Amino acid sequence: MVELVVNGGSHTLEAPVGRSLAETLRDGLGLTGTKIGCNEGHCGACTVLVDGVPTLSCITLVHTVEGRNVTTIEGLRDHPLVDSFVRADALQCGFCTPGQIVSASALVEANPEPTREQIRHGMAGNLCRCGAYPKIEEAIATWQG
Amino acid sequence: MARLIRTEKEVEGRYEEVWLVVEEDALDQWPSGPGDIVGRAAPRITGRQRARGEARYTADVQLPGMLHTAVLRSPHAYARVKSIDLTRALEAPGVRAAIGPDALHVLVDEAGYPGVAVAAVAADTFDEARDAVALIEVDWELLDPVLDPEDAVSRGQLLIDPRRYERGDTERGFAEADIVVEAEYRTQTVLHNSMETHQTICEWQGDRLDVYISTQFIWGVRDEVAEELGMPPDKVRVVCEFMGGGFGSKNGAGDHTFIAAELAKRAGRPVRCALTRREENQASGNRNATIQRLKAGARSDGTLVALSGEFVNAVGWSGWTATTEGPMQMLYACDNVQTVTYGAKINTPPMRAFRAPGFVEGTFGLECLLDELAAKLDLDPLEVRRLNHAHAGDDRPYSSKNLMECYKRAEPHWERRHDARARSEGPWKRGVGLASQIWYGGGGPPSYAWVRLGSDGRATVITAMQDIGTGTATAMTQIAAEELGLPLDRIDFVLGDSARGPYASISAGSSTIPSMGPAVRAAAADAGRQIIEIAAQRYDKEQRILSLKNGHVTSSDGGSWPLAEVVGLLEDAQILGKGARGPNPAGMQVLTFGVQVVEVSVDTETGEVQVDRVAAIHDVGRVINPLGASSQVEGGIIQGIGHTLSEERLLDPQTGTILTQSLDHYKLPTIADTPPEIVTELLDIPDEHLTNLGSKGLGEPPIIPTAAAIANAIRDATGADVRSLPISREEMLRALREARERAGEKVAAPAS
Repeated sequence: MVELVVNGGSHTLEAPVGRSLAETLRDGLGLTGTKIGCNEGHCGACTVLVDGVPTLSCITLVHTVEGRNVTTIEGLRDHPLVDSFVRADALQCGFCTPGQIVSASALVEANPEPTREQIRHGMAGNLCRCGAYPKIEEAIATWQG
Repeated sequence: MARLIRTEKEVEGRYEEVWLVVEEDALDQWPSGPGDIVGRAAPRITGRQRARGEARYTADVQLPGMLHTAVLRSPHAYARVKSIDLTRALEAPGVRAAIGPDALHVLVDEAGYPGVAVAAVAADTFDEARDAVALIEVDWELLDPVLDPEDAVSRGQLLIDPRRYERGDTERGFAEADIVVEAEYRTQTVLHNSMETHQTICEWQGDRLDVYISTQFIWGVRDEVAEELGMPPDKVRVVCEFMGGGFGSKNGAGDHTFIAAELAKRAGRPVRCALTRREENQASGNRNATIQRLKAGARSDGTLVALSGEFVNAVGWSGWTATTEGPMQMLYACDNVQTVTYGAKINTPPMRAFRAPGFVEGTFGLECLLDELAAKLDLDPLEVRRLNHAHAGDDRPYSSKNLMECYKRAEPHWERRHDARARSEGPWKRGVGLASQIWYGGGGPPSYAWVRLGSDGRATVITAMQDIGTGTATAMTQIAAEELGLPLDRIDFVLGDSARGPYASISAGSSTIPSMGPAVRAAAADAGRQIIEIAAQRYDKEQRILSLKNGHVTSSDGGSWPLAEVVGLLEDAQILGKGARGPNPAGMQVLTFGVQVVEVSVDTETGEVQVDRVAAIHDVGRVINPLGASSQVEGGIIQGIGHTLSEERLLDPQTGTILTQSLDHYKLPTIADTPPEIVTELLDIPDEHLTNLGSKGLGEPPIIPTAAAIANAIRDATGADVRSLPISREEMLRALREARERAGEKVAAPAS
């Protein structure tokens, strides 16, 4: 059993040792906004926040985050970044987008007015094969409207 | 009334005659330029669902009792299965079914490439399935793989007979040329790497099969699965509402779909078969490598008099031989052209279409060669392109062509090269290059759409197409809104389910908007006509003075009634409109054109290349959504930059083992690799001969000229000729060294 705090709510779940946080969120809690693109920590689609820090949930064992605050895209649905991504057309197929927005939320939390360089640095771990990058940059630069 | 006509259908440059039923009433095209909704920026209609993580992709579909699949794949490039034993796998915990080569033709006992599927296990969890696969015992007989495409060509190991083309007299053309340039270009194998891997869930409902699949072609999957399983096509239902990228790799059903269907039948449970990222990078297709030996002859003013090319496509164990030679045949007016193309059969994973297959590779070779020619003649590369502009196709006129206008629009970007070069500093050299683009993108019939309008005055557009991330669903909604005179937020769009809507075309070949858009407009127009008929009777007006605008029925004598009031009479009755895509203009070539101008910086000490700016000017007919269109262009360019600078599938040259299976090894571009500035300019000139919209496709054109434009910018900056992709630091340093040696010879020559 593992006790998880996700988007402010507590859950007690069956999880064998070795189960990843991403699988637990998706299969155990039905929070399928967290995507699995590579399942080995290279693409960033599975990014969630653990105590506010962007974390690759596909290579994080669920038991290591017991009791810590996990935030997924479902906890950020009303974040202004959602609107700024849509406004800027910062998504195409959208599969990487929840991970992009989770990463971006941590970036703007730490630095509400990031420079273009800071955005590029902070977002380089989130791959987008459609190549929405110029508009992701714009969406983050204009997230406050 | 339904009309049966005989018409031409173009599939990536091949024309065939087909019978077609057309129900479309002819509609005049809208005037050029933005309308109320079409031609104006619209954020994508599903944007919030996707951004909030609410969109349900195939990867997110969970069915009660669903099993998971692991696939045993050949570890060898070429080997035969002498014996295979599934007994231990079948007895493993959680296993519900296991199948080998005797069960399904996509499971093979002769492995022609590493990663080909041999056996598969369905179990309660993926981990159990994977553990059970490890218990399958296979006795392999190893065979000698052929991995070098040139080796395959010399052995005659080809997938098709060599494809030969000739017009004019090339030999005489070269003999009469003032200058002849020759070079060999190479392009590498690249991998699609859609963020959502290939995956399918199959569930039997009696004698009906539901297929949830990440696909670019719902109806193609239906037909392939029905044929494979010997079922009536409509017993197969295919669903794909949200799709995590394809780029050509998801045009077909794929082995994994047949595996899931068979395991689901045996287990009596729904079965998911999803490729892991590593399987994706072995067995889901690729853009094949090419070798291109090219030759161009010209008069001293730059007029091309002869072109010839020998093209080797490293196709793999199966797949088709893309038209790498296409740009050489089509892009320029040249009387004498000769090409031969070989499709090498080698022990590597099969190619699959990847965003403008053949033309991305062929344009790299041709457009670099043209700049090498221009450099030798000391001519302006843009002027050389203008001089050789093809004004008409050989025997088929263009339905529309505005490439000269693209060149004109390129001028201010091209002028920047003087400033760019002047900004060279120390080891960093700067320069500007350009390359032209030609490709298909006309779409075609059959494609259908329905429009349903209820008494609340909202319309629902229904068609079983797919939106693979290109934003076509948004464009369709805009088209229906424009035709019905309704605001965008009063249109719903239903797609992605063969049981819910009519036949829709494949999302490949830059065809969704040109194929589906006219059908959607025709369906909306059909519904609109019915609304006007009703309003004419209700308000006692002549139909000809009524029109639909801003959610109202308005009459030219000053009347105006909200649509909800007009159709509110109907209560639960509905207005149903239907529309079909008409034929393409007979005897014409429908093509897209463009030019890209790229600025680069090259560190001549380390070989690092940076793309500083890209200007993309394309002629794709009427633009429906300028915002989504610019996203398509940027995405194509960024993929093109990946193809040019960082991406390469690597094989062990002895064993054929794929070394770049993870995204750690296969280097996709990141946000940090994106040029600081990408300028998109679309001409937005409707093709007057093409459909009721005049729109062509845009998915593929932007990736086509990028690699050549980068290489040409590198030549402008450094004088070095890069001829091999990717332009790694090694390739860049090699080309710089060669350029220095060449310059040294020139300097040394007069002294001796």
